[in-house]
Amino acid sequence: MLKLNNISIKLGDFQLTNIDLELEKGDYYVLLGKSGVGKTVLLEIIAGLIQPDSGTVILNEIDITHEKIQKRKVGIVFQDYSVFPHLSVKQNIEYPLKGKNLSSKQIESLIHEYAELTNIPHLLNRGTQKLSGGELQRVALARMLVNKPDCLLLDEPLASLDVQLKGDLRNLLRKINQNGTTILHVTHDYEEAIALSNKVAVIHEGKIIQKGLTKEVFKKPANEFVANFTGIKNFFFAEFSPVNTANINGKVNIHVSNHDQIEKGKIIIRGEEIIISENHLQSSATNNFKGKILQIIPYFSNYEIIIDIGIELSVVISEESLSKFKFKENSEVWVSFKSTAIKIIP
Amino acid sequence: MNNKSHTPLIFILLGGLILLFIISPLLGMFLATTPAQLFETSKDPEVVNSIWLTLWASFMATIVFAVGAIPLSYFLARTNFRFKGIVNGIVDLPVVIPHSAAGIAILGFVSRDSVLGKVGSSVGLNFVGHPAGIAIAMAFVSIPFLINAARDGFENVPVRLEKTALNLGASPARVFFTISLPLAWKNILSGLIMMFARGLSEFGAVIIIAYHPMITPILIFERFGAFGLKYARPVSVVFIIVCLVFFVLLRSLAKERKSTDA
Repeated sequence: MLKLNNISIKLGDFQLTNIDLELEKGDYYVLLGKSGVGKTVLLEIIAGLIQPDSGTVILNEIDITHEKIQKRKVGIVFQDYSVFPHLSVKQNIEYPLKGKNLSSKQIESLIHEYAELTNIPHLLNRGTQKLSGGELQRVALARMLVNKPDCLLLDEPLASLDVQLKGDLRNLLRKINQNGTTILHVTHDYEEAIALSNKVAVIHEGKIIQKGLTKEVFKKPANEFVANFTGIKNFFFAEFSPVNTANINGKVNIHVSNHDQIEKGKIIIRGEEIIISENHLQSSATNNFKGKILQIIPYFSNYEIIIDIGIELSVVISEESLSKFKFKENSEVWVSFKSTAIKIIP
Repeated sequence: MNNKSHTPLIFILLGGLILLFIISPLLGMFLATTPAQLFETSKDPEVVNSIWLTLWASFMATIVFAVGAIPLSYFLARTNFRFKGIVNGIVDLPVVIPHSAAGIAILGFVSRDSVLGKVGSSVGLNFVGHPAGIAIAMAFVSIPFLINAARDGFENVPVRLEKTALNLGASPARVFFTISLPLAWKNILSGLIMMFARGLSEFGAVIIIAYHPMITPILIFERFGAFGLKYARPVSVVFIIVCLVFFVLLRSLAKERKSTDA
């Protein structure tokens, strides 16, 4: 339904190179990348606000690369919402309906339908100056949806919302997608991708470095950047020997259970399955290393401990364990994990 | 140690002197004019007609030239082109050239021998000595105030709002009239008021184009030359009062609109 073929553009020091992307009807596609890599520019190219240097944008089999902005059937919702400040909420939603040859009754009915969908009927007669970020986002969504775009482009829609509002808005976005709207959503937050998308593409330095079904990309990251960016820790490239040993970066040899006779691949060691102790433990774990604690990072109820064993390992422990064993930065510890805690990606 | 600074006091004193410099001559003129003189002058048909002519000519100049000045401001705010600096300089030109010289230039532009003059003559209109010529002279010297204010206003309208409106299916013309213009309106209105006020006070350019019919600044000049200060002063006071009334009225209208928008 939406297809980007070899889109390239250079804007000052920044550039997008040969971007290929394909969305099917009903997809919730998340474009994941750090800030400033060109995600918004790509959305603006699709919406026609910027012309690419090369490449084509195809919507429903029609080349819309050079089509006028107002003739394209894609709707973009910007990160700053871009709600018209001089119009009321109702007038904002009404804006795209004017000039569509609709009766005032039809316009009124559509405004209420989409205000209901986005849960803002109580705001219709309000001005937009004093609305919260979440409310403005809903107004922007209602205004765009009432225009019935074939594809909805969302630029970091949850970025400036607090946790409670994020949850509410995620549910709304899911509902909009389930109602049949195809969505392309750009974000730097991998949790949004997991929570919402069925497909994901990771963009880095102006190029798409991996794309596919969300589950696949998160299960099989193509490289360290994707792994780190998708929240996966302890991702390494390894060379395997026939004796079920994986050598990581030429520094550390770890025991793996089965590597299907492959010579090179990627491994993920699940942080939750790594045990740390003050002394060497006698256990069934076949991988035991002495290391040094580099960093202790607090999370909500757990702690992430970064340990140098020749490679840096991320280990997750509870607050209770941390206070019980009094682990400190720069102290020496033992880490152990079973070979079954290692996931091999060919 | 005494940390008390004398700077605010010095600033207040210096500022006060400047305010006094502005107020004193005006106050002196008002005090030197008796209510009876004011009453007499305000009934003088020559004075009344000249005030109406001045107000009308400046108003028409503002309205007619705004039709072209506002789109030009929008263009200057939104478009980058090679000679933009030069165009901005041209816009400011009337502010820096002597207005009598501007009058001479306009005379050449609107006289019967010029293209515009010939077009006017073909429909029976001679700009020289005509209210239309007065309005052109007023517009020439006052239009930078409108263009600059409107350009600042349009520059303050986020481009993204215009792009959003286009993305919602609006035509560029609809975007201009429903988004850009309303959001820049505060500045535009301020520019319109300034242009109108500047037109009212124009003397140098207008006297070259049209000594008659007489706008009030020329009438004041003529009365001063022919009869002296005593006869020129009441006309000046009446004209200043009228200008102030219009200025305050328009300003408060603009302010009212601002508070309604908020």
